Amino acid sequence: MSRGPSLQLDDTGRLRHFLTIDGLNRELLTEILDTAEGFAGVSERTVKKVPICRGKIVANLFFENSTRTRTTFELAGKRLSADVLNLNITASSTSKGETLLDTLRNLEAMHVDMFVVRHAVSGAAHFIARHAAPGVGVINAGDGRHAHPTQAMLDMFTIRRHKGEFTGLRVAIVGDILHSRVARSQILALNTLGVSEVRVIAPRTLLPVEARSLGVHIYHDMDEGIRDVDVVIMLRLQKERMQGAMLPSEHEYYRLFGLTEARLAAADSEAIVMHPGPINRGVEMSSEVADGSRSVILQQVSYGIAVRMAVISIIIGTQNQQSQDNKG
Amino acid sequence: MQSNSFMNADAVESLVDEMAGKLWSLMNERGIQAPLLVGIRTGGVWLAEMLHQELGLEEPLGTLDISFYRDDFTRIGMNPEVHPSDLPVPVDDRHIILIDDVLHTGRTIRAALNEIFDYGRPASVILACLVERKGRELPIQPDVVALHKVMKPGEHITLTGPEPLGLVIGTESNRESRNGESGAET
Repeated sequence: MSRGPSLQLDDTGRLRHFLTIDGLNRELLTEILDTAEGFAGVSERTVKKVPICRGKIVANLFFENSTRTRTTFELAGKRLSADVLNLNITASSTSKGETLLDTLRNLEAMHVDMFVVRHAVSGAAHFIARHAAPGVGVINAGDGRHAHPTQAMLDMFTIRRHKGEFTGLRVAIVGDILHSRVARSQILALNTLGVSEVRVIAPRTLLPVEARSLGVHIYHDMDEGIRDVDVVIMLRLQKERMQGAMLPSEHEYYRLFGLTEARLAAADSEAIVMHPGPINRGVEMSSEVADGSRSVILQQVSYGIAVRMAVISIIIGTQNQQSQDNKG
Repeated sequence: MQSNSFMNADAVESLVDEMAGKLWSLMNERGIQAPLLVGIRTGGVWLAEMLHQELGLEEPLGTLDISFYRDDFTRIGMNPEVHPSDLPVPVDDRHIILIDDVLHTGRTIRAALNEIFDYGRPASVILACLVERKGRELPIQPDVVALHKVMKPGEHITLTGPEPLGLVIGTESNRESRNGESGAET
């Protein structure tokens, strides 16, 4: 993997935007996880804040609905002592006819240091990163079906916290791979961090044609695919993205791919169960599993704050170094 | 950069003994019982572990990584090797003994004090350092010091370890006067 010129990295390999896991090496992903480990304890202190991003402005640009991601980004920014703006774009400028670039320019005129972007169109965060003023960082908080790199990193953090090392692990990702930006980012991160096997378990209709090229083992049978895995990642069935008859019914999906205690018994006895949320209970998994002892779904949410703090602060750190380099 | 050994492990250990002795008298003088020992990464943690044993303290040891409190984050960016800080017991109303290897500009201690106060309001903080040298940039003075060392401009002194401990003196032609107490890592 090259550390050459790219949109995400500057010419010395420092992170200036965080748009996709693609092109980032193991060292950098590990640095994000280690930094997040440093932030994880902040939530348990009397003062749940550190001062390093004081005076910086982070704007959350959410063109698509989100509760968990937006709130954890907001908390992450606030715990770093940055000022956080939440812009619900659908409800404001664009509905008045302002173009995306005009919105950006206006925010830049307010000296915003970072945009956190969620958009329904793949490539939207890249577009904004290409057009943002120099020194303004962009974090992709989910673009279309393409990528959701901070979700993938918080999942990696969760796995490392519960399983220790990545080497030797078997990880199964179950469900709607076709519509899932999370799955794509997870597969890239898992392979970069060196797990021994990534499996995807999905009905044929919810598996993209290029799936095989991602370096995964494909299963269409849940009971077979889940056997002996250490980590089960359930994906949300993206009902709002489904057009046409990709599934006979939710009931049928649950019967074939739903995670139940009985099915989970085939996995390793210490296996953990993850889900990016929000869960469709009785569609992707039973309530017993979701609320059971192997579920780490709520821990994922807490870790999400620490991981987003890490990504924001590393990028702000790069900006600081760059402005120092320019002075020198 | 060149560096030469200045003290070997035995010599450093006798300095730590001296720190322990001085701390013991200071604790008696102030009537401090069951203090929380807090070491600043990395060298301060090694020293705190030794002092913790020598003083026979029962309270667990705390460690601080001041990366998120540094005043030069706006210049040098994120330290890629951050470790979690860990203060294992509540600091409210507790006497804290803060341990660092080399006291120079005082900026590390400023950062450490800020971090401690984000955990709560301690009853008092005592600063104990292995080595003290001139060059303070902030009004911070140690309560306990084992060695006062006069250094030439451009020289810096670093605790190496943890096995074996040693003190080395290095010279660097254009070393910046940043958070410079413990040469290599801060």
